[in-house]
Amino acid sequence: MPKRTDLRKIMVIGSGPITIGQAAEFDYAGTQACQALREEGYEVVLVNSNPATIMTDPEMADKVYIEPLTPEFVAQIIRKERPDGLLPTLGGQTGLNMAVQLAEMGVLEAEGVELLGTQLDSIREAEDRERFRALMNRLGEPVPESAIVTSMDEARQFAREIGFPIIIRPAYTLGGTGGGIAGNWEEYEEMVELGLTLSPIHQVLVERSIAGYKELEYEVIRDGADNCIIVCNMENVDPVGIHTGDSIVVAPSQTLSDQDHQMLRSASLRIIRALRIEGGCNIQFALDPRSRKYYVIEVNPRVSRSSALASKATGYPIARVATKIAVGYRLDEIVNPVTQQTYACFEPALDYVVTKIPRWPFDKFQSANRKLGTQMKATGEVMAIGRTFEESLMKAIRSLEIGRDSLQMEGADRLSDAELERRLAEPDDERLWLLAEAVRRGVTRERLHELTKMDRWFLAKIERLVEAERTLEGLAGKGTDGLRAEAETLRRVKRMGYPDSVIARLTGVPVDAVRQLCRELGIRPVYKMVDTCAGEFEAATPYYYSTYEEEDEVAPSAKKKLLVLGSGPIRIGQGIEFDYGSVHAVWAIRRVGYDAVIVNNNPETVSTDFNTSDRLYFEPLYIDDVLNVIEREQPDGVIVQFGGQTAIHLAEPLAKAGVRIVGTSLDDIDRAEDREKFDALLAELGIPRPAGVTVTSAEEALASASRLGYPVLVRPSYVLGGRAMQIIYNDEELQVYMRDAVRASHSHPVLIDRYVQGTEVEVDAVSDGQTVIIPGIMEHIERAGVHSGDSIAVYPPQSLTEAVKMTLVDYTVRIARGLSVKGLVNIQFVVQGDQVYVLEVNPRSSRTVPFLSKVTGVPMVDLAMHAVLGGSLAEFGYDTGLVPEQPLVSVKVPVFSFAKLRRVDITLGPEMKSTGEVMSSERTLAKALYKGLLAAGMAIPAHGTVLATISDKDKEEAWPILKGFADLGYRIAATEGTARFLRKKGLTVRVVNKLAQGTPNLADDIRDGKIQLVINTLTKGLKPERDGFRIRRTAVEHGVPCLTSLDTAASLLEVLSTIRFATVPLQPPATRADHGRNAADASSQVEVGR
Amino acid sequence: MAGVEMRHTARLVLENGVVFTGVGFGAEGESFGEVVFNTGMTGYQEVLTDPSYCGQIVTMTYPLIGNYGVNVDDVESRRPYVHGFVVREFSEMDSHFQSVGTLESYLKSHGIIGIAGIDTRRLTKIIRVHGTLRGVLTTKDTPTEALVAQLQAPLPRDQITRVTTPTVYRCPGEGRRVVAMDFGMKSGVVRSLLARGCDVIVVPAQTSAEEILAWRPHGVMLSNGPGDPEDAPYAVETVRQLLGKVPVFGICLGLQLMALACGARTVKMRFGHRGVNHPVKDLRTGRVAITSQNHGYMVDPASLPGTDLELTHVNQNDGTVEGLVHRRYPAFCVQYHPEARPGPDDSDGLFDEFMQLMDAVQEGRWIPRAEAD
Repeated sequence: MPKRTDLRKIMVIGSGPITIGQAAEFDYAGTQACQALREEGYEVVLVNSNPATIMTDPEMADKVYIEPLTPEFVAQIIRKERPDGLLPTLGGQTGLNMAVQLAEMGVLEAEGVELLGTQLDSIREAEDRERFRALMNRLGEPVPESAIVTSMDEARQFAREIGFPIIIRPAYTLGGTGGGIAGNWEEYEEMVELGLTLSPIHQVLVERSIAGYKELEYEVIRDGADNCIIVCNMENVDPVGIHTGDSIVVAPSQTLSDQDHQMLRSASLRIIRALRIEGGCNIQFALDPRSRKYYVIEVNPRVSRSSALASKATGYPIARVATKIAVGYRLDEIVNPVTQQTYACFEPALDYVVTKIPRWPFDKFQSANRKLGTQMKATGEVMAIGRTFEESLMKAIRSLEIGRDSLQMEGADRLSDAELERRLAEPDDERLWLLAEAVRRGVTRERLHELTKMDRWFLAKIERLVEAERTLEGLAGKGTDGLRAEAETLRRVKRMGYPDSVIARLTGVPVDAVRQLCRELGIRPVYKMVDTCAGEFEAATPYYYSTYEEEDEVAPSAKKKLLVLGSGPIRIGQGIEFDYGSVHAVWAIRRVGYDAVIVNNNPETVSTDFNTSDRLYFEPLYIDDVLNVIEREQPDGVIVQFGGQTAIHLAEPLAKAGVRIVGTSLDDIDRAEDREKFDALLAELGIPRPAGVTVTSAEEALASASRLGYPVLVRPSYVLGGRAMQIIYNDEELQVYMRDAVRASHSHPVLIDRYVQGTEVEVDAVSDGQTVIIPGIMEHIERAGVHSGDSIAVYPPQSLTEAVKMTLVDYTVRIARGLSVKGLVNIQFVVQGDQVYVLEVNPRSSRTVPFLSKVTGVPMVDLAMHAVLGGSLAEFGYDTGLVPEQPLVSVKVPVFSFAKLRRVDITLGPEMKSTGEVMSSERTLAKALYKGLLAAGMAIPAHGTVLATISDKDKEEAWPILKGFADLGYRIAATEGTARFLRKKGLTVRVVNKLAQGTPNLADDIRDGKIQLVINTLTKGLKPERDGFRIRRTAVEHGVPCLTSLDTAASLLEVLSTIRFATVPLQPPATRADHGRNAADASSQVEVGR
Repeated sequence: MAGVEMRHTARLVLENGVVFTGVGFGAEGESFGEVVFNTGMTGYQEVLTDPSYCGQIVTMTYPLIGNYGVNVDDVESRRPYVHGFVVREFSEMDSHFQSVGTLESYLKSHGIIGIAGIDTRRLTKIIRVHGTLRGVLTTKDTPTEALVAQLQAPLPRDQITRVTTPTVYRCPGEGRRVVAMDFGMKSGVVRSLLARGCDVIVVPAQTSAEEILAWRPHGVMLSNGPGDPEDAPYAVETVRQLLGKVPVFGICLGLQLMALACGARTVKMRFGHRGVNHPVKDLRTGRVAITSQNHGYMVDPASLPGTDLELTHVNQNDGTVEGLVHRRYPAFCVQYHPEARPGPDDSDGLFDEFMQLMDAVQEGRWIPRAEAD
């Protein structure tokens, strides 16, 4: 069955904005799909709302639509483009759901669009709980027994059949309220009773608990001719009970015998065949560690986060192969692109160990519940490759960039034994380190197994790592010579993955001396290839990892080469936008004929696709590892400006080691990042910034704040995504902040600035040091104080005067020239009246670069790379200054993952909280905003009740907005204080009870669907005020839009007013005498009279 | 870790003079053999006990071996037959509910020398480029030059006689009677026959056709086994005499013997197929199965024309002969291991085909391939 020739045009649906559970892996999948289709000569139409992706680059598809992923919009595009086929299985759950909805709406049939690859019925069978269960029963594949019960009798009956433990899940209580795991009759009856009470339909799902079982994943591919293969199996180090996205995962499985593995492999093939999947599929199993009993937990009939991981872990490009299958190819007709002499119809053999560790956002969300369970909380992940488990684990740890370079964690030794045991049994994101701490305290392997249910094999490995720490500690005080005498020990710990920094810390030998000694003793890493076949066939994949072995496999290259540092795991503040920059930088380097070498450790991304660069080093972005790669590659220069703060932070140690940084120089980077140098620069250029000072103590801070006047903006000196940045309104708050922040960043001073309330504006520019191209200016909807990453950005600016724009351009040009920027620079301003202040300069690629590149059509990264390579921008016909504005208005709308993170306050502030973004372009701002909000997933209410809880400081500003909503026919509800104020202003308001006032209160109203929109502003700076917090959380958990910025509320009002036709009554004759009074007043009078 | 330091050093010396120095585990001593690699990521105990590895020093390309220990189920014969075991790292602890001990203790108790800590990927690539090499695994101080000199001599070629059963034995069943010629048969073959109710009589490799037919079998199973099929001319002759008289199913060496019996040729491969991920295409259905393999010789496809053999299966990667059917007699064979262990069960159905073939012949329904066309 070769390629289908009856198809000409194919639509690919992306996965939309990055959220927890759906990250960059679908950019990788979608990009592969587009490439795979286009090389077959198909015309590709792509739809995705996320501008930060590579897949939405104009060159990726024949037509790229950055539009909301709603059935209505996608249907409109289908009607316009009339594709022959639709590929639904590469855009995550979003893409899959979209395809199902379009099919159900009849759009696909009406427009003659064929679903390619896995068919609708298969998707439904895998996704529908009951149908899936029935299928598994037919196949004889075990699924955990479960029952829906509506009475205690039924519940008892189930428990008698199954035995304990049992999971209890009340129906329709969000966030699993009232659920849990019962280990005995007493707990069970209590929980079921509570569950039946809490469930609005008095229904509880009871299910056999398999927590503690081993969790295994199989990545399976099937073609239309029924050939199936397993690409990879993966074992979760954390047993069943923790979402696989939140689990530490190894590939291949480590503790399964061949018979265990073949049993699950055969089951996987039976399942994928029964589901008639045509493409990729992920199957999760639970395996009893004490027998061969297993359960099928879940089947995902599409490519997934796990398949991206499996692709990077094996070198087998799952998304690409799945795409080829969708257009008719058989597995045995698809060439394995890695070996180029074998076919895709085989099962990869690994000769290394892969470890994945999730990256959680708890550093940003300190109030969040860190406990891990069945709801995924990680924003991203890192992967590391080694020839031993220890090596790959240690590399993964330092790839995380959480300030840890080993199994040692600051503060772990201060935990009480009881607390330690509790946290091992109720896992959170730090369990790995706590395990090591427990080993240090002499807790036995058996006890650890009891507490964690982790396989003893993994526990033994942690013991070995701790033992190695001890061996090194035993060398403390013996100096470099002492270490030299222990060459074999040194070699062994290096082979276990210990970086020089840990060896230095534990032995007391300076890190440079350790490095030098290793070199002297011939202990150096070699680079091995990831080749899908364990060396059996010759391969040409330029995909490498370091390890301490004999033979190095990197083929020599005589070409000039540049090394690009990637941005590591996706986290809040450093998202996929930085991978976009890295990938474009690599492309630009390859276009000019140099070899592009990339170092990165994020398995989800396009940058770690081995097709992207000339050589990919899958390595930690840690100084030791990066230096090793540089030593091996000897690049002509290293590029740090596309890898976010990760790469910027490496610039200094690299330069110190004699590495040539190309682009903006390290000194100039420092002049932008170092507060004092930055102040000096601005003073020299005569550019104003909000008055501010640097302080190192609380006393100093208080004195400075009173001089500057509250409110003030405070933050530690090096900032990533607004971390630990706050607006402070009084002395008391400042004292609290200084205590926490100074402790949080010991050696770094704290910056205190006057908080200028105004419009925030952001500019990205490309500079060669002389010519400074400004592709566009972006104005933020939310005022300064809301992190730029969380603000809605508008291009071109709608409210700035020409004079202000000229000032912005002038300042940008002067700063870029002043810093001799070679490449990209991002500058944030605040505009108050005609006055423009500079807030921050980032001498690197920024979050807005993909957005701005796409809306302006200026190839910013290409131009930047030209400048980095020493070229002149004038050659491209660009002049210094602002590129003429585009006729369409474009907005970038942030997207949050609050529903996934319990106990996190959703209030917008200087700390960034969004995980992703969408883009929308239209002829007017209101239309663009409307589409953007829709794309961001906001359920924009057409009518209903707006609940307002407004702090005193915001009341004056809020009432015209609320009146606007009332004028459009929305009912207004408010708590007493707000209601009193609004009534005074003449609004009809329904008073709702505060939480403390008993039921029914406003939380009940939200839960009961009586509220369609919440506008809530924060009473104070940081102090969590209980009511507000709970209102906001309740809204989020019930899918009710909650706006915490009046700017956003005003914009939404503007949107709602614009998209409506006016319904204004004729003026009655009696009031003709009042002719001349404006309509707004008239309507407000009507309100009052009601 | 202290334990690691106290272990003895071991060397793997290849005939071309390349030396790998690592940590010894298992038995001590000196052992010669053909150095080969296996790419399976699980199934080390089945590999160790597969008699087809007799005379070979086996390198596992997957670096971590021994994680789940050893048990009493995962054995393919009475004892390990490898002449040495090479891994990147062996697990000092065994973690599995079935485990009865560590890999290290298992090797030690069976006198198998193991070496760990070497760059097994480098070794694999040497074998890939140069082809299979003779080598010696030693924990002694024998000078390298002396070992290299010794390695220039050919290795013994009597593996089959070393692994075949010395006596006839029966694994009783209620169903079809199958005589299994044991050239170094994996238990999995017998297990697969027993699972289908067969009455299995296992006979030594040297058993004559006459003796075999005296059992009045419904079919004859030609087992897998070690070494070069040309080293067993007696078996080729037996197979030649059996063909046409009784349904025959051959696996691995069994295929090669059948091919030789039909006038085809066999040749030594550069480094063979050893692993559990080899794609094999069934030319009759177009379907590809992932198969378990272990062979260093193959049937030369150019020698097939003019014989009564028809190609039914080919290797998807390198086009080598993977399955043959006799055009005039009820006989077929595959180069891979449908009994799995280790490896996928994808081809388990071949045993059913064998059952159907025996039934068809028994019931007089069987039509020669040549006439069926």
